[in-house]
Amino acid sequence: MLKDITLGQYFPGDTPAHKLDPRTKILLVILYIVALFQARSLLTYAIMTVTFVLCARISKVGAKALLKGLKPVVIIVLFTGFLNLFFTPGEVIFQLGFLRLTDAGVYNALRMVVRIMLLITGTFLLTYTTSPIALTDALERMLNPLKKVHVPVHELAMVMSIALRFIPTLIEETDKIMSAQKARGADFESGNLLQKAKALVPVLVPLFVSSFRRADELAVAMECRCYHGGEGRTRLHVLHFAGRDYLALTLGCAITAAVIILARLGF
Amino acid sequence: MEPIIEVRHLTHTYSVGTPFQRDAVHDVSFTVEKGEFLGIIGHTGSGKSTLIQHLNGLLRPTSGEVLLSGRDIWAEPRKIRSVRFRVGLVFQYPEYQLFEETVYKDIAFGPSNMGKTGAELDACVRESAKLVGLGEEILEKSPFELSGGQKRRVALAGVMAMRPEVLILDEPTAGLDPAGRENLMANIRDYRENSGSTILLVSHSMDEVARNADRILVLKSAGILMQGTPREVFARGGELLSAGLDVPQTTRIAMALRRRGAAIDPAVYTVEDLSREILALRGRDAIC
Repeated sequence: MLKDITLGQYFPGDTPAHKLDPRTKILLVILYIVALFQARSLLTYAIMTVTFVLCARISKVGAKALLKGLKPVVIIVLFTGFLNLFFTPGEVIFQLGFLRLTDAGVYNALRMVVRIMLLITGTFLLTYTTSPIALTDALERMLNPLKKVHVPVHELAMVMSIALRFIPTLIEETDKIMSAQKARGADFESGNLLQKAKALVPVLVPLFVSSFRRADELAVAMECRCYHGGEGRTRLHVLHFAGRDYLALTLGCAITAAVIILARLGF
Repeated sequence: MEPIIEVRHLTHTYSVGTPFQRDAVHDVSFTVEKGEFLGIIGHTGSGKSTLIQHLNGLLRPTSGEVLLSGRDIWAEPRKIRSVRFRVGLVFQYPEYQLFEETVYKDIAFGPSNMGKTGAELDACVRESAKLVGLGEEILEKSPFELSGGQKRRVALAGVMAMRPEVLILDEPTAGLDPAGRENLMANIRDYRENSGSTILLVSHSMDEVARNADRILVLKSAGILMQGTPREVFARGGELLSAGLDVPQTTRIAMALRRRGAAIDPAVYTVEDLSREILALRGRDAIC
């Protein structure tokens, strides 16, 4: 069903990872990605994996939730694995037609698959422990310097948080409208592509109408509360770096530096 | 009387296998007789909406079964659409589902999905528009230029046009003014008289249910709390109130009078009954 779609779902919690400043977490993820792409050898991969496992432990994310986060990229992972496995030049171990399994291929495939999985699950930790609102808040703060060159940072952040906020609402609404049209005998499953596309009209028209209505209502509600853009706007929750943020960032930098140096030294 | 819908040990579980797993409907069994007017009441979250979506096959039971005229509706999953034509479901705020260019086309959506065409389709549309009190001049208008109450009636006509044997309505009068409510309920009564169909009315308003239903089903936290005629149900007014539900205003008055020692029937639920009871009391000079 539609409701089962998870777009980087946030799970409220009270772990140290949840308490970190969202800016710290965004920076950590960037550091993590940089380190991940520098890692080459078994040793550096081991460091990254251990780092990831520790972070996952701290965030109290279950293995199940992480695997579920991997679901949308299964095809990409398998495809990458397959390509690397059979199309890397090296010493041939096994041959079947044009498919050539080489020792370097096995090594490469494993490396790439582990890298993608660590990449996806790592960023998943960010959305798992940070609410969408906190994320856009952090982005707004981090992009603040761009205001100097007239980039509408606040407006962009507002647009983003409104969009994120309405995703579940719209999914629910779509579900409801589809049920209602099904109750009138609408058929979304059978027919060719053109017929299927046509069958969506009874869903899309009401969905658009209600989106405009919602937008209108939201605009009025915001105006009633005197919203007039970012100018002079203060915040209820001002982001502050605390001790734990400095600690986390220091650790993050240290691990990244270690991985880069090890990789440069050829380990 | 023969049963038209039988629900047997119906359970519906949402989000199976996740931490959010819960039963929206738990082991519910009941029967709806042909031609009866059944009121369904219960809190938000008592499972009303989930329950009624099983009756026309929009949701499939996690366990248990739904029989329509004695046949399991999921016996042939490919033919589930034919069940939806026999059991019409009008959702809450149905006006948000209008999509066609004209009112006429929107009402025709259901019957034309059934395969009706030409004169037969035209008759279906005009008849149901008339049943809900929409004039000819409205049929060619865009549904989006109508008032809220009119839109609601167009949506209702869109389901009635399929001539379902069972018509299920989820809070059909929510958000309407008192006159609009009374009008809409009259439309529904007219449809019932006209077609002899069975009506299931989900409502928050006890007065509305009390006035119209032959029998009432009370749901509480995913199960059936009680069922019976309005008399039987409202006789247990105290239980209803402690379950956080309401009773009709007239029942409330009767209950209050009883608490003050008046020998009054606690199960009255219409103004006529209540006034008769009070007059009888006056005749006996029991109070005042």
